[in-house]
Amino acid sequence: MTDGVPRIGVITFPGSLDDRDAQRAATFMGAEAVPLWHADHDLRGVDAVVLPGGFSYGDYLRCGAIARFAAVMDEVRAFAERGGPVLGICNGFQILCESGLLHGALIRNRSLRFVCRDVFLRVETSLSVVTSELTAGETVEIPVKHGEGQFVARQDELRQIDDEGLVVFRYSSADGVTDDTHDPNGSIEHIAGIRNARGNVVGLMPHPEHAVDPDVGPTGGQPLFASLLAAAMAGAGA
Amino acid sequence: MTGPEEPLYRQLGLKDDEYDRIVETLGREPRPAELAMYGAMWSEHCSYKSSKIHLKTLPTDGPAVLVGPGQDAGAVDIGDGLAVVFKMESHSHPSAIEPYQGAATGVGGIVRDIISMGARPVALLDPLMFGPLTDERNRWLLEGVVAGIGGYGNCIGVPTVGGEIHFAEPHSQNPTVDVMCVGLARADKLATSQSLTANVGSLMVLYGAATGRDGIGGVSVLASATLDESSEESRPAVQIGDPFAEKLLIEASLELIDLGLLEGLQDLGGAGITCAVSESAARAGMGARLDLDAVPLREAGMAAFEILTSESQERMLAIVHPSRLADVDAVCARWGLTIAVIAELIEGGGLTVTLAGETVAEVPARSLADEGPEYDRPIAPPDDAALGGASDDPALLPFDKDLREAFFAVLTSPNVASKRWVFEQYDSIVQGQTVAGAGSDAALVRVPDSLKAIALSSDGKGRYGALDPYLGAAHAVAEAARNVAVTGATPLAITNCLNFGNPERPVVMWQFSESIRGIRDACLAFETPVTGGNVSFYNESADSAIWPTPVIGMLGLLQDHRLRVPTGFPRPGLAVYLLGETLPEIGGSEFAEAVLGVVAGRPPRLDLGRESALLRFLQRAASETLLASGHDCGDGGIAIALAEAAIEGAHGFAVTVPGDLPGHVALFSESASRAIVSMAPEHEERVAALAVEHGVPIARIGETGGPRVLFDGLFETTVDELREAYETAIPRLLGEPV
Repeated sequence: MTDGVPRIGVITFPGSLDDRDAQRAATFMGAEAVPLWHADHDLRGVDAVVLPGGFSYGDYLRCGAIARFAAVMDEVRAFAERGGPVLGICNGFQILCESGLLHGALIRNRSLRFVCRDVFLRVETSLSVVTSELTAGETVEIPVKHGEGQFVARQDELRQIDDEGLVVFRYSSADGVTDDTHDPNGSIEHIAGIRNARGNVVGLMPHPEHAVDPDVGPTGGQPLFASLLAAAMAGAGA
Repeated sequence: MTGPEEPLYRQLGLKDDEYDRIVETLGREPRPAELAMYGAMWSEHCSYKSSKIHLKTLPTDGPAVLVGPGQDAGAVDIGDGLAVVFKMESHSHPSAIEPYQGAATGVGGIVRDIISMGARPVALLDPLMFGPLTDERNRWLLEGVVAGIGGYGNCIGVPTVGGEIHFAEPHSQNPTVDVMCVGLARADKLATSQSLTANVGSLMVLYGAATGRDGIGGVSVLASATLDESSEESRPAVQIGDPFAEKLLIEASLELIDLGLLEGLQDLGGAGITCAVSESAARAGMGARLDLDAVPLREAGMAAFEILTSESQERMLAIVHPSRLADVDAVCARWGLTIAVIAELIEGGGLTVTLAGETVAEVPARSLADEGPEYDRPIAPPDDAALGGASDDPALLPFDKDLREAFFAVLTSPNVASKRWVFEQYDSIVQGQTVAGAGSDAALVRVPDSLKAIALSSDGKGRYGALDPYLGAAHAVAEAARNVAVTGATPLAITNCLNFGNPERPVVMWQFSESIRGIRDACLAFETPVTGGNVSFYNESADSAIWPTPVIGMLGLLQDHRLRVPTGFPRPGLAVYLLGETLPEIGGSEFAEAVLGVVAGRPPRLDLGRESALLRFLQRAASETLLASGHDCGDGGIAIALAEAAIEGAHGFAVTVPGDLPGHVALFSESASRAIVSMAPEHEERVAALAVEHGVPIARIGETGGPRVLFDGLFETTVDELREAYETAIPRLLGEPV
């Protein structure tokens, strides 16, 4: 933290696309954005880490499968173990799953097509670094844009996810109804985002960084970033 | 297609007189590799040999133009030391053979054109034309092209913010796949791509992907000949795209330019290394020594002509002073890219190429790049019967159908219906500056850290062009300008992609020259110079050519994006006005085709003075924040313009269609220079005064309201019904669940 301003690190992998957008969103919400580089064993002392969207390494093998081996990921794992706030967005979510920091996996959308549209998410828990400023049952409007966002998990993982309340967001209508018509990718139980048991690591397919500036989209991402900033201020990762 | 018994130069697409000219230039018989180089560089695609003489008549000067035609892309000053760089190109031929890769590499190619100007790509638009979706192969082409555009564009972090799609039988064998890319650069960095600062002894550094056997003959065999049954065998001439490599190229190239490490930069597209090296050398006024052994290859044993003309994607060529080479290597290495020094600039104009110690080519660089043939091809108008005339005006046809039914037939015509199925497959929001995307008349992309937004629209009017190529082209410019102005932005300049049949047929050259005349007149009237573009000929097969379709890419500027005028009705209780005059003009209209089943008659007339007045009025009204919404009247006339404003804004309306024309003519006439606007009642007086001041006809036709949609005395429906019909039409045709 610098003079009470939390420092949010955003990792750039080769093929990251929304890294600058995540930096801009963090700045918009009052944080200092710190660019981080995939090949460095260094988080530059940031208070929170964002793994942004994109197609790391072209996603030619399996989304996130190569990025998990990046040098910076050793530091992210250690940071997460210390309780530091970590947010994976879209490709970042895929990388967190591949890294074993989150349960489950993301596969091709059920439509077999890329989809870019604004969706509503129903908040399932406020016990996470991106929902502390929200209440369970509330909805937020945030865009999705992905070709491989269908969340799947093994039966035992899914049971654990449900038992431990690890679902953070589900795709829903504006008033919180979850069903197939409001689910853009066919995710199991309409899961849009999950957390780890401690709640300091969150991954989600929708893009909150594209939902903070009212001039260019909805604003449902603001409370997510506000929560992340609050967690960063708390300094758990130090 | 030529047979194996043909002489080599003919197999390479060169004509007899062109061969003679090469012999004259060189003073000897050319070597095989030299023939391959000339074949590629003198192809229609690279040399513009049939079009040049006409393109010269276009207006290209203007106070804001920084770079005009002839460079990789045009550039326009938008103030604050910034330039917008933009260009459109076609990838129709490859897409007809292999839709996914054809479209994907089209995106990759135009993006590299923008990078090579030193600009960061900030927007893509994709104007597409296909045959009717009732045909299975056309559905396959649409699905493949859209997936290819998305697959590539989504992966490089450049938002696809607009475009358009039309369907017509003449495009069944020949889909039209154009793509426009727009970039932002610091105006003082633009010189880079022009090699203005290159020195003798400077190095030509190839970076990016390795060179393989893909895309050989892409420009000469594929893009510069008519498709026929053997075209499927040309599939190896289609390149394969690697968007991840492109993303690395974008970042590395912009970093190299930012750090001031380059004396020149050029993309590798059509005609590959031959084009990049000869053009760079020619621009620098020098020659070059090119060592093909230094080119990283994907496979061993490639012949000189293959290395020279390969169109392998994702490669760039930088001109680098030897003292900067290590720094350039370091930047590229950081992005995982390898560099190779393949040539050196030398005094004189000679381009010498060696492979394995042997000289395989020695030619003047300028003769390849700048001294290609130029033809004044014969022009002949078609028989009158082939064009629209007064005698087959569809307004004369009896019409006794139900108006409501006719309205829904037009609304659900694939040309009019929602293209959501397409644009949702594109990332339209990455980079975080998309103020308005698909659904807006013009896309609006904010300039980072500024209130300014650039306005972008791409428009083609193929059906009008088929009936009158002059009017078709002029209407395309007018509609593009109107789409930009109706958002409140000022039209600044255009790029274009001119899609035509075989230029060796006099009737096609007549269509071409008429279209150029139409573009010229409209651009002069709107003071929107032409900054560049692309010509795509040979879009025909066996017996039919595509409709002559110049597609216009219009660039505009909105000084403050908060002043933008949205397309949809934003709330109830607004006064709805029609700007412009409705005449009985349904020749070439969507209604005539979708309901009457004819493409006939005269397209609407276009009074360029009236259009200019409307453009000025729209900008003025927006700048005074008088308008709550604005929407161009285009395909389907005021009926569709009103319906789209209702769907987009989710508010209905009640209007009385003005004038005493028959109902179907009043609703569906496509008279030019019209728009539907809405405003709060307190602004009506001021707007009316402004309209009088600008000489724009204006009529209050009704009000916005709740869920109901009422055309008084004609028919009524609801916003929900409109939306259901509009949104599901294309998915239904594609057999998707709706």
